[in-house]
Amino acid sequence: MKSVATAAVATALLTATAVAAEIPLADRKSGYDFMGRETRAMQDDDTANPGTLWVLDGEALWKRKDGAAGKSCADCHGDAQASMKGVAARYPAFNAARGRPIDLEQRINMCRTDQQQSTPLPFESKELLALSAYVGRQSRGMPIDIADDERTRPFLQAGRDMFNQRQGQLNLSCGQCHDDNWGQKLAGAPIPQGQATGYPLYRLEWQALGSLQRRLRNCLVGMRAQSYTFGAPEYVDLELFLMWRARGMPLETPAVRP
Amino acid sequence: MARALINVPPKAKRGELIEIKTLISHNMETGFRPDNTGKPVPRDIITEFVCKYNGEEIFRAELYPAVSANPFLTFFTIATESGTLNFEWTGDNGFSATESVNITVE
Amino acid sequence: MTRHDDTLQATRRRFLIDTAALAGAAGIWLPLATGPASATPASMRAAIRKVVGEAPVTKGRLKIDLPPLIENGNAVSLTVAVESPMTVEDHVKAIHVFTEKNPQPNVISVQLGPRAGRATFSSRIRLADSQKVIAIAQMSDGSFWSDEIEVIVTLAACLEGV
Repeated sequence: MKSVATAAVATALLTATAVAAEIPLADRKSGYDFMGRETRAMQDDDTANPGTLWVLDGEALWKRKDGAAGKSCADCHGDAQASMKGVAARYPAFNAARGRPIDLEQRINMCRTDQQQSTPLPFESKELLALSAYVGRQSRGMPIDIADDERTRPFLQAGRDMFNQRQGQLNLSCGQCHDDNWGQKLAGAPIPQGQATGYPLYRLEWQALGSLQRRLRNCLVGMRAQSYTFGAPEYVDLELFLMWRARGMPLETPAVRP
Repeated sequence: MARALINVPPKAKRGELIEIKTLISHNMETGFRPDNTGKPVPRDIITEFVCKYNGEEIFRAELYPAVSANPFLTFFTIATESGTLNFEWTGDNGFSATESVNITVE
Repeated sequence: MTRHDDTLQATRRRFLIDTAALAGAAGIWLPLATGPASATPASMRAAIRKVVGEAPVTKGRLKIDLPPLIENGNAVSLTVAVESPMTVEDHVKAIHVFTEKNPQPNVISVQLGPRAGRATFSSRIRLADSQKVIAIAQMSDGSFWSDEIEVIVTLAACLEGV
């Protein structure tokens, strides 16, 4: 029975048109809702949530002086619990100096190079993930709030186009699974809506904390499509769109997912 | 030292049953995972965890590669007296980590 | 098992093996025995015998709590609880957990005592495939008790690799 259902979904995906129907705002569900009871419990309990280990590392890094300027994050931003509250919920955000939106990891690295006079941390490095987990944690529970204005609109559209564009050997678009077939099963696992509410998150598959870009790379590989290098503008545009798509949903950083 | 997180109630009544939760960062490399050339990456795991309550052992665990990365262990003990709970993890390649937490028992 | 189930198992196994080959090339850990041969029911029995010797093992007094449908075999929440007064005269000395199809049969062994108050522990374990998990409790009076559970392990559709 299961194989018939999977075949039906697969056929539907391969033959359907690419334009996906956006999920009505009221019907949006976090990946949390598709997980089993035990995985949810892992996310809800700070001591059980492996992401907490990265948050604690981030807390230590926040206070560490670095770079030629000999400053720590705390020297400018003080207590992160106060100064970083709401920040992660607004990212990716338009950056005037760059003339385009940047994500939280890029913002952290901008501070490192411009303010601390230090080197940027490599994408997906333990340290960068720890800092973005720590900053993200300060917005946990807050509604995601991405600006939709004349500056961000072209980048939102680029992200939206990528979300709806068929790509890869399987000729699938993100929307075909995550807008049109969420809730159905693919190879035995439920298809979530792909709401980016908990990043960086501890993925059981990775056995580590990882960023949204890492997850997007997994998606693209899964679709047998071309992936990008971390930090590529295509990823940031898609991140911007995904976070806007999840607007109003509470941030869960650091989440746990299968 | 590896990052560890302990959850113990800071206060308890004498004779009360308390739950202790522990989490430590460690990859728990199984020794079965193939590297890029196909050779198995050598095993590197935490093999032992011991908890002592004012110097007396109250819980011990032997961990094998089947324990997940970032080992999570919870167990119970009776709060008998105020003092210190000591936690020690040891493993392959000389791995060693310790934590202690105070508890007040009235 | 019906023929349809066999076909499904074979198809899933093929998918898992192919994915493992892909993932193996990228050096990604997958909860599959792509290296040495996996444990068999026989090697699990041997591992249990190491603990129990020739003593009889009775089903009962313990309960393994594992999700029946597992989303990812890398981190499965496990709780084992044993009925016991946990007094000096009558308590659980140790609990041992074994699997049938992981690369190795042993999972975790814990040592308890009367100070534990409750003979329960929780952890997160790796399960390589849908299989049987067995827990054995060793009592202070020398008796052995067991529980066993069958679980199904699924794999996410979009993995890392390449």
